[in-house]
Amino acid sequence: MTQPSPETSRPSVSFGQILQRVFNPDLASTLGSIVLAMIVGAGLIALRGVNPLLAYQALFDGAFGNLNSIAESLIVATPLALAGIGVTIAFRAGVFNVGAEGQLYIGAIASTYVGLKFANLPGYLLIPLMMLTAMLAGGLWAGIAGLLKVWMGASEMINTIMLNYIATFLVSYLVHGPLQEPGSPLGQTAMLPAQAWLVHILPRTRLHAGLIIAVIVSIIAAVVLWRTTWGFHIRVVGKNPIAAQAAGIKVNWILLSALMASGALAGLAGFGEAAGPQHRMIEYISPGYGYTAIVVALLGQLNPLGVLAAAILFGGLEVGATTMESAVGVPSAVVTVIQYLIVLFLIGRGAFDLIRQKLHREKKLEQRT
Amino acid sequence: MEFTEKKPSFDDQPILQVKDIVVTYGSFVANDHINLDIHPGEIHALLGENGAGKTTLMKVLVGLLQPKSGKIFLENQEVTINSAITAQSVGIGMVHQHFMLIPTLTVAQNVCIGLRSAGYPFPDLRKVSNRIRELSERYNLQVDPNVKVSQLSVGAQQRVEIIKVLYRGARILILDEPTAVLTPQETDGLFEVIQNLAQQNNSIIFISHKLNEVMTISHRITVLRQGKVVATRNTPETDVRELARLMVGHDLGNLNVRHNVAKTTTPPLVRIENLRFVDERKLESLRRIDLDIHEGEIHGIAGVDGNGQEELARILAGLFTPTAGKVWLAGQDITHASPARRISAGMAYIPGDRQRTGLVLDMSVIENSILELNTHNPYSKNGFMNFNEINNLATNLVQSYDIRCRDLQQNVGTLSGGNQQKLVLARQLFRNPRFIIAMQPTRGLDVGATEYVHSMLIEQQKMGSAILLISTELDEVLELSDRISVIYGGQIMGTFHHGQTKKETIGLLMAGKTL
Repeated sequence: MTQPSPETSRPSVSFGQILQRVFNPDLASTLGSIVLAMIVGAGLIALRGVNPLLAYQALFDGAFGNLNSIAESLIVATPLALAGIGVTIAFRAGVFNVGAEGQLYIGAIASTYVGLKFANLPGYLLIPLMMLTAMLAGGLWAGIAGLLKVWMGASEMINTIMLNYIATFLVSYLVHGPLQEPGSPLGQTAMLPAQAWLVHILPRTRLHAGLIIAVIVSIIAAVVLWRTTWGFHIRVVGKNPIAAQAAGIKVNWILLSALMASGALAGLAGFGEAAGPQHRMIEYISPGYGYTAIVVALLGQLNPLGVLAAAILFGGLEVGATTMESAVGVPSAVVTVIQYLIVLFLIGRGAFDLIRQKLHREKKLEQRT
Repeated sequence: MEFTEKKPSFDDQPILQVKDIVVTYGSFVANDHINLDIHPGEIHALLGENGAGKTTLMKVLVGLLQPKSGKIFLENQEVTINSAITAQSVGIGMVHQHFMLIPTLTVAQNVCIGLRSAGYPFPDLRKVSNRIRELSERYNLQVDPNVKVSQLSVGAQQRVEIIKVLYRGARILILDEPTAVLTPQETDGLFEVIQNLAQQNNSIIFISHKLNEVMTISHRITVLRQGKVVATRNTPETDVRELARLMVGHDLGNLNVRHNVAKTTTPPLVRIENLRFVDERKLESLRRIDLDIHEGEIHGIAGVDGNGQEELARILAGLFTPTAGKVWLAGQDITHASPARRISAGMAYIPGDRQRTGLVLDMSVIENSILELNTHNPYSKNGFMNFNEINNLATNLVQSYDIRCRDLQQNVGTLSGGNQQKLVLARQLFRNPRFIIAMQPTRGLDVGATEYVHSMLIEQQKMGSAILLISTELDEVLELSDRISVIYGGQIMGTFHHGQTKKETIGLLMAGKTL
C-alpha cells in the first residue's frame, strides 16, 4: 500500500533534531569518550617528545591544583554553563542554536549600556535590571532567527551563525564608536559603576557571583524542562513535532520561545562576563564561549545539571592548557583537540547506537510481517 | 464468486516440500518447525495474523533469509536457496505486496531489469515484448509491454509483477497479500488470473489474512499461528468460523452493530462543505467534499488508498488548511481553528500513522497519555505538571483499555503495534469526544486488536459520538458504518445508508466509475 505523505504545513524537522537523536549518550559513554580523547591527546603530546603523564599533571594542576586555579576554572565555566544551558533548551525543542556567541555579545553590550546609563541606581536594583536587559536582548536577538524559522522555514543554524557576525561587528562598532570609553584608544566602554560589579565569592581570587547565578539557572532549567507544561511541550516538539501539532501543541510558538529562552541565557552569560571579570564591555569579551557552549551542552547530555558539570570540566581544560603550555611546552591547542575529540567520540558512539537501533527495527519489522 | 475447475490431485508428488524449517531472531522463534507441501496446479493459501510467520517463511523460500534448520525439497531433490537468484533458477518467484516497479519505464523495460539473458549491455526489447505478449495471452493478463508503468492502474501493475515472475521462469508463485491494494473488481480479476495460472500447472502460494478471500480462491489452506503450523485443511472441508478460530486461537465474539440509520433527521453535528485542497506540489488532492456526520453515527469513507483520505483527515484535524470550503462542528465554524481549539471543542483524531502522528515513540506511556490534556486542570496548575494526577490518569487508561506494558515509564516505541494503537485510542476516547476522526484505525493490527478497536468505536457511537471512519478495508467500512461515502480522486462519488447498496456498486465507485 502506498502511504501518502503530504508534506504540507508540517513543522520543519531540522538538522538539530537529527543530531539530537544521534546524541543521546549515557554517563558511561560520556566518561568513556573523555578517556579515549585523553588517550589520543597523550599520543599527540608524546609526538612532541613530552611525557604525556607529566603534561596531564601540569594540565590538572593548572586547572584544579590550588584555590586560585580552581577559581579561574570556575570563572571560565560560568559563561560556558549559562550559554550551554541555553543551547540545551533550544536543542530539546529540536532547534539548533549556533548563535549563543552573538547572543552573549548582545546581552553583554545591552546590560553594560543599562549599567552605565542608570549608574546612580543602587546595586540591588541595578544588577537585576542589567540581568533582565541582558536576557531580553539576547532573547530578542535569537528571536530574529526564530521568527525567520517559523515564518519562512529558514534554517536557524545558518541564521544564528550569520547573526553571530552581525553581533560581534555591531559590538565592535559600538565600543569603538558611540559607547567607547571617553579618552581611551581601546575598544571598550567606560567602567561600570562599582555597585554593578558581581561580588567576589572566594577570598583572594577573582571568582565572582556569576557562578551562583549559573548554578541557580541550571536548577531552574531542569525544573522547567521536566516539571512544567512548557518544558513538556519543548521535549515533545523536539522528539516529534508532528505528533505535537496533532495533539494541539503550538509547535511554532514552542520553537520560537525555546530559541528565545536559549538566547536569553546566552545573553545572561554575556552580562556575567561584563559585570564579573571585566567590569565593562570590551571588544573581544568572549573567546568563543558561545561555540564551546554547544560542545558543553552535548557533553552534558542536554541535561542542565550535566551541562554545569561539563562546563566545569571544560573551564578546567581551558585554564589548565595555559599552565601546561608554559610548564612543559606542549601547545595549548592540544587541549582544544582533546575537547573536540570528546565530542567526536560521543557522536560516533551515538551514531553507532542509531545504526544498531535501525538494524534492530528492521529485525523487528521482519518478525512482525 | 465460485470457481469450478479441475482440482489438483494431492496424491501425486508435491512440487515443493518444506520440512521442519526453523527461523529465529535472537530468542524469538519466527518459524517453528514449519512443514508445508505444495502440489503442481495447487492454490495454497497461507493464513495467519500479523506476526504469525507467513512472510518469514516466504523469505526463506525466495532466498532472502536462511533458516536455522530444516530442508527444502523441489521435486524430491533437496535444494539450498541462498539468494534471490537461486530461487529464480529453481522456479520460485514472489509478487511483493509493495510493487517493485519503476514507474517511468515501460512494462518491457521493467520486466528485463537485471536480466542478462534479455541482452547485455543492451536488452533486446523487441524479444522481451514478444515474450511478454505471449505470456499475457496465455494467462489472459492483458498487459501491453510498451506502456509506461506509471500509466497503469494498480491492478495492471500487479499483473506486470506477475509477468515479471513468470518471465523469469517461475512455476511456484508467491503472492503476498495481493488484494490489499485492489478494489473488489480488481480482486475478482486477480482471482481469475490466479485460476488461469493454476490450471496451467503453476503452483500458487497465496498469503492473506482475509478469510473470505482464502475461502474463495484456494484449494488448501495452511494456518499459521505464532510461528507454527496449526492446521492444513482442504478448503471445501472447512469454513470461515473454523479458520478464524485456528488463526486467533479462540472464538471471536460476534460484532453486533446496532445501526441507528434513522438519526439522520436531526441536524448534523459536523458539516463539511465544498472542501477543496491543493497541496504544495499543486496537486488537487481534494476537489470537492461535502459530508455531514450526525450524533451517534458512524460515517464510513470507503476508497482505495491515496484518493484524498489522508488530506481530508488532516484538514479536519486542523493540521492542513483547506484551499476552499468550510468545516462546522456543532454550529461553530472550525475551518481555521487550531488543533488545540478543536480538541477543546470535543474533537478527537486517531491518525492513520500512529507512530508518526499519534505518538512520541521516544517518550514514556505516561508522557504520551497526556499529550493533549497536559495544560488542562487537574493535570497541571499554573504551568506546573501535577504528576500525581497524570500518574492516576495513565494508570487508569492502561487498566481500562488493557494496554500491555511493563510499567508506565516504558517507552512507547517498545510497545507492540496493537498496544500502541490502544494507547492512541485510550487517549482520544476517554475524554468522550463528540466528534471522532478515525483514520485507518486497525491498519496493521491483528484480528484480536482489530476486534477490540471496533468495539471501542461502536461503544463510542452508542454514547452519541459522531464518528468519521476512513478506511481502505472495505469490509471494515461496510461492517461498522451507518452510512458509507465513497471517495475517489478527491471527490465523494456517492453516499449510501447501511445495507442500501451492494458491495459491487461501492467497488465500481471506488474505481472511479459513476453510476
